[in-house]
Amino acid sequence: MKRAVFFFSGGLLLALGVCFPDNYYLTVTGVAILFNAVLAIALNMLLGFAGQISLGHAAFFGIGAYSSGISSVHFHANPLVGIACGVVFSAVLSYSIARPIFRLKGHYLAMATLGLGLILNVLMVQAGKWTGGPDGLSGISKLSVAGFEVNEDITWYWLMSGFTVFTIWLSLNLEDSRTGRALRAIHDSEVAAKSLGVDTSEAKAQVFMVSAALSSLAGSLFAHERGFISPDSFSFFFSIELVTMVIFGGMGSTYGAFIGAALLTALPELLTKFEDLEVMFYGAILMGTMIFMPNGIAAPFGTMATKLCTKILRREVNDAMS
Amino acid sequence: MQCLEVKGIEKVFGGLKAVSELDFSVEAGSVYAVIGPNGAGKTTLFNMLSGAYIPTSGSILFNGVEVAGLSPHKIASFGITRTFQNLQIFWNMTALENVMVGCHLKGSCGIFSALFRLPRMMAEEKHLAAFASEAIAFCNLNDWKHVKANAMPYGILKKLEIARALAAGPRLILLDEPAAGLNDTETAEITGLITQISSQGVTVLLVEHHMGLVMTVADRVLALNYGEKIAEGTPHEIQNNRKVIEAYLGQNS
Repeated sequence: MKRAVFFFSGGLLLALGVCFPDNYYLTVTGVAILFNAVLAIALNMLLGFAGQISLGHAAFFGIGAYSSGISSVHFHANPLVGIACGVVFSAVLSYSIARPIFRLKGHYLAMATLGLGLILNVLMVQAGKWTGGPDGLSGISKLSVAGFEVNEDITWYWLMSGFTVFTIWLSLNLEDSRTGRALRAIHDSEVAAKSLGVDTSEAKAQVFMVSAALSSLAGSLFAHERGFISPDSFSFFFSIELVTMVIFGGMGSTYGAFIGAALLTALPELLTKFEDLEVMFYGAILMGTMIFMPNGIAAPFGTMATKLCTKILRREVNDAMS
Repeated sequence: MQCLEVKGIEKVFGGLKAVSELDFSVEAGSVYAVIGPNGAGKTTLFNMLSGAYIPTSGSILFNGVEVAGLSPHKIASFGITRTFQNLQIFWNMTALENVMVGCHLKGSCGIFSALFRLPRMMAEEKHLAAFASEAIAFCNLNDWKHVKANAMPYGILKKLEIARALAAGPRLILLDEPAAGLNDTETAEITGLITQISSQGVTVLLVEHHMGLVMTVADRVLALNYGEKIAEGTPHEIQNNRKVIEAYLGQNS
């Protein structure tokens, strides 16, 4: 069932790209959506599956972006070098700080990850010699790998579609696996998970690492796509936005994270006609969704699908019995 | 042979002795019950045995290995699993998935084989599902196998916790009030289940208030009050023990 949706969403991205290769919304807003979708799906592995909040996730996105930006601008290195540095650095950093941080729970964990995000953001601003400080870093090279250059909007659309589908695939795989179940177990009852032999601090550290590495990879691509980055894109506010996307879409659901990212990225575009009232509408939609659909906007579809599956299963059982 | 030997174990919470200087040992393959009024220290004892609390002092030998103060997942890997007095179910998972978490120690695939769905992991997954299905069938939960836990009635959830703890293949299972809140039919079912578990060679340590159940299944009973041992013996001996009667009914009875 989840696999069916997977092929459907992959097909949809493909069809959109083939049908509207010159559409502004698809190649600009669409690509922005795909970046946020990857980040939301990566955050959902931590927040949705394992139930551990991170209010500093934008920082890992930033590590990737600056790692690519700095290696491109200052060292004229191959883009792959910057990407690899970012992923490795994010992975090592997240894994090594995970144990002390994830010993904390609830509000305390939120504070600790918030602090982490702030520290990294301040570094981006203060290390001006390398990062360009608050003015940002410009002149980042186009992404070119083995002679193949990604420079047109539609090429970026294809690349990001591929990356998004890959991330969805990883996330679905993780959800239905021994490690994924252990993470979801931690979400519901950490004491029970421990009592059954789950090394919970190790599991949390691992998922944090995977989530950070994916975010960093997205950051690297972001830097090459924009050609310019500034600390504003990786601030505390963006971390909050990512958490909002996951919760708005439906915590714990891969597609929920995708839908949340898509809607919350596209919403400001759709609301521009309200001009000054835009932000008010945006807020009202968030509040309304949370009040009437507390499990997220994707949850009703999930329930419908489960009901359908149960019905089919029942029928099979009945057929087998009769 | 002794499966579990507890020597001089003590747990102090800010000056209050929840369990003090407790000694007892459990024969391998037997059913051992711990009884006592509310607040007697039964659950504290379970929490120390399963690693949730670190004992203030004393030792816990499990098949000759010291396990006191080890982390819960380590203790589980030695072969001690438990159920909880207040349900600790994984609510967003089906019965099968819940029990498959119980099989966690039977697998070894890490997060990378999970992310990339390596063939090794797929093979292991089948293996774990088979193990879990066995535990589900054993606890008579086949009808609920693919139902989400948040849609299950209380009595079924109690059994699901037992199935989950059994799936780990423990040598000692700790059941914390398995019959609490159940009606007579359900209690009878749990009684049967405990006997069956024991006949599989798994040692059972049980905390329970339902005396009928304790008297039926237990080989030996330990009575606690205010964190101290007041009596230990066969169910019959305990039933007629003065101190036990006093603890439950008051001194003048």
